[in-house]
Amino acid sequence: MIIDSTIMLDLLFVTLVCFSAGALGALVTARSPTLARIAGHGGALVGAIAAFAFGVAGIAGWRMELNVPDLLPIGGVALGVDRLSAFFVVVIAVGAIPVALYAIGYTCEYAGKHSLAGMGSAFNVFVAAMILVPLARNVLTFLALWEIMSLASYFLVITEHEREDTLSAGWVYFVMTHAGFAALLLGFLLFAHATGTMSFADWSAAAAKLDPISRNLIFLLLALGFGSKAGVIPLHVWLPRAHPAAPSHVSALMSGVMIKLGVYGLARVAFDWLGVGPVWWGGTMLILGAVSAVLGVLYALVEHDLKRLLAYHSVENIGIILLGLGAAMLFQAHRLESLAALALIAALYHSLNHATFKSLLFMGAGAVVQATHTRNMEEMGGLIKRMPQTAALFLIGSVAIAALPPLNGFISEWLTFQSLLLSFQISAHTVNLIFALGVAALALTSGLAAACFVKAFGITFLALPRSERAEHAREVVKTMRAAMASLALACVILGVAPSLILAPLEATVFDLMGAHADLRFNLNAVVANGGFGWLAPLWLALGLLAFLITIPFALRLLGANKQRRYYETWGCGRALQTTRFEYTATAFANPFKRVFSLLYRPNKELDIEFHPESRYFVRAIAYRNEGRLIFEDALYRPLLRMIESLARKARVLQSGSVHGYLVYILVALVALLILTV
Amino acid sequence: MLADIAIELLQLFIVTFGSPLLVGVIRKAKARLQGRRGATIFQPYADIRKLFLKEVVVSENTSWLFRFTPYLLATTMLLSALIVPVLTTRTPLGFMGNIIALMYLFLLGTFFLALAGLDAGSAFGGMGSSREVAIAALAEPTVLIAIFGIALRAETTSLDGIITRFAADPLLMLNAGHLLAFFAFFIVALAENGRLPVDNPATHLELTMIHEAMILEYSGRHLALVEWAAAMKLFVFLTLLSNLFFPWGVALTNAPVVLLAAFLALAVKLLLFAGAIALVETSVAKLRLFRVPELLAGSFTVALLALVTSFFLK
Repeated sequence: MIIDSTIMLDLLFVTLVCFSAGALGALVTARSPTLARIAGHGGALVGAIAAFAFGVAGIAGWRMELNVPDLLPIGGVALGVDRLSAFFVVVIAVGAIPVALYAIGYTCEYAGKHSLAGMGSAFNVFVAAMILVPLARNVLTFLALWEIMSLASYFLVITEHEREDTLSAGWVYFVMTHAGFAALLLGFLLFAHATGTMSFADWSAAAAKLDPISRNLIFLLLALGFGSKAGVIPLHVWLPRAHPAAPSHVSALMSGVMIKLGVYGLARVAFDWLGVGPVWWGGTMLILGAVSAVLGVLYALVEHDLKRLLAYHSVENIGIILLGLGAAMLFQAHRLESLAALALIAALYHSLNHATFKSLLFMGAGAVVQATHTRNMEEMGGLIKRMPQTAALFLIGSVAIAALPPLNGFISEWLTFQSLLLSFQISAHTVNLIFALGVAALALTSGLAAACFVKAFGITFLALPRSERAEHAREVVKTMRAAMASLALACVILGVAPSLILAPLEATVFDLMGAHADLRFNLNAVVANGGFGWLAPLWLALGLLAFLITIPFALRLLGANKQRRYYETWGCGRALQTTRFEYTATAFANPFKRVFSLLYRPNKELDIEFHPESRYFVRAIAYRNEGRLIFEDALYRPLLRMIESLARKARVLQSGSVHGYLVYILVALVALLILTV
Repeated sequence: MLADIAIELLQLFIVTFGSPLLVGVIRKAKARLQGRRGATIFQPYADIRKLFLKEVVVSENTSWLFRFTPYLLATTMLLSALIVPVLTTRTPLGFMGNIIALMYLFLLGTFFLALAGLDAGSAFGGMGSSREVAIAALAEPTVLIAIFGIALRAETTSLDGIITRFAADPLLMLNAGHLLAFFAFFIVALAENGRLPVDNPATHLELTMIHEAMILEYSGRHLALVEWAAAMKLFVFLTLLSNLFFPWGVALTNAPVVLLAAFLALAVKLLLFAGAIALVETSVAKLRLFRVPELLAGSFTVALLALVTSFFLK
């Protein structure tokens, strides 16, 4: 049922007014940091709630259209909504609502040090642009919003601009995002040129008539542009730099939400604008997904900066989403539409899930950073006693991201597994092999992700505090905990009652593909491909709960000893336990470092300084074990060197003489005239 | 309805109370093979009972997580007993999850147990946790992929469905993929359950321990639950191994006579596997820790080959 409604326009209007009010409010109240942070993020909070309503109504089938011809050249501003756009608006709002609430408390850290007015208004612009990007209906609108989003997030990333590493991280982000923008621009212009229209609505009809070469070229360019925003390996290099450098509420949005717009773009390109493509499109997507998933989690494993660890997990999760997306494209190329729909549902479901648990985890990390003033896990520990609620919420996020039942990450990984396995219905051996590798990659990823979050949670929150700062950590303010709790609740609901979200997703995917997914679901169970896979999340959750309650009772009934005595940790005879006996994050990750040394290429250095009198006494030990980043070394460094040498050659043109420049202008003008005639 | 409940309770009963016996049998067989008399096969029951009657000593450094984990671990194992077709392919609650859900349920237990290992802040616990997750991170995917290899041939990922299909059409199992999957599954079942050559369940030398190091801080009823859960995990793994790869005897209907036959068949199959494990454990030495990944990577590759074969030969 499609309803054209002015209510939708009103909702959009309210959303934009709230964000504008937030942006302006923060600037007006700049004198008082407290007011600025409440006005700025409060506006964003209300705006995001309105956007959520807008998105839900959009999925329900309500439509709107908004054209302002004179605001931008070539086509003006054109906004519209369909189910896919609306779904991504919901994903963004689900992240933005709690993050805005969280930011009110979190940003008090920055009072006096940085401009809260600037932060608050950039935050509003950032979120508003993200919400509008999926609504864009022509090239110029899309690119303008995309650029506003990138710039606003860039300014937020370099909030702590007095730090050298923040600035360099911001620089990498700036360059990568604009390289992606250039690819998008080129792709869009080629597309518009080939189809003769700048309006997205006409593209899908016109795309069928494109010649294969320009179709492939457009696909490559757009995939490059959207892939770099999503953080697909090898375009991920900005992600582990920029996300940790940003203030944590911004990292939560960038990692949980912004990169999903790359996914949105890829889904649009593959299933709407360009339509069914050759097999290699989907194959490439699936392989890139597999590589991103496995390498993302492997890099996360050896990372001891809590926020960078989470950033690498975003690469991993984008990989899992791409596995679903690539599978959907491959199924579509083989005319198995109902399986394609299933795979796309899995990908979209995981996008929503990742928005919930990744935003939750980044907010948790932000709370920890605020309490301990460090991002280094080796200086944390014992926080479960000092910040019990944050710890419990972070644990929920960890279980969700490790894809363990009964939380939401498990459901979407389960769906992805089902769709990958159902590829046995395709009879083409190369494609089968790609799918088999995808299955292996997903299985390996889930095991490694669980291992990584044992480390992330265990080292950060458990045992004894490893530093003075962790010792004196205190629980964060209530609004921050409430923000995290709301997302933790979302992780539970999306985990035990998937039918709530599967129904709208099924409608969304039906709109896109015109085929129903091979999936039956109700509150009791989810069934893929008529019994190929069964899952009853609610029953599993209830089963877990039932046993957890009955076991202690049963033990008591059977007469088990109830006594409990507290004593010191057993230490093999050592006199006193200190934190130096604890296992460190480095030690924890060491088995993985050895097993996957091919990837990490560790340079191990061990310098032992002995006592001059006797070699039996050691004075100092210096131990370094650093991995190298192969993509930076093997891909980006040569690329940069090449660009640098090209730039040096191009410098010849810059003679410094005005006469010379006038000649250039003349030549350029003549060339253009000849070209256009 | 009543019959359904009875069947689930029966499965639960068999896994819960059969698992210590299985451990006892393996120990006895091992002792005999090593020329010892060994303790009675009922010794594990006595051990668990003794632990339940002792008080719990908890480290001062630990949090609620440490005390919660044994219950969660036992819960995941009991829940798996409801899902796995132990006796019959008509498990009333089998719809709760397929093989993926089952493996992730095991992973949930491992996840919390590894966290509990870190909670006391001792080097042993951390060392055990680190090693355990390193092994689990390679072993769990291998099990999953090996079972996918045979699931694709049966064209379902539901455990009941796989067994029904193979029981109806045993010729389906006659191929290289099945053999490869079995081989990978068997090796990984040893690793997942802390058996030789990966880990030694009888060791008490800190530096070589994996599972035992991780649970070093546990005592009393907590330890009893952890040990019991470990026994149940072994039981469930061997049941899966017997019923998925050798589906003969598994009840296809829920008639009492058939169930009795299924029980006897299961007992025979488990006895054979217990003997096999005892044989492996007496004849091979424990691998050096850093050789273990080679073994696991090898079985991962074998499992992947099994999967690829079933994609190709359909």
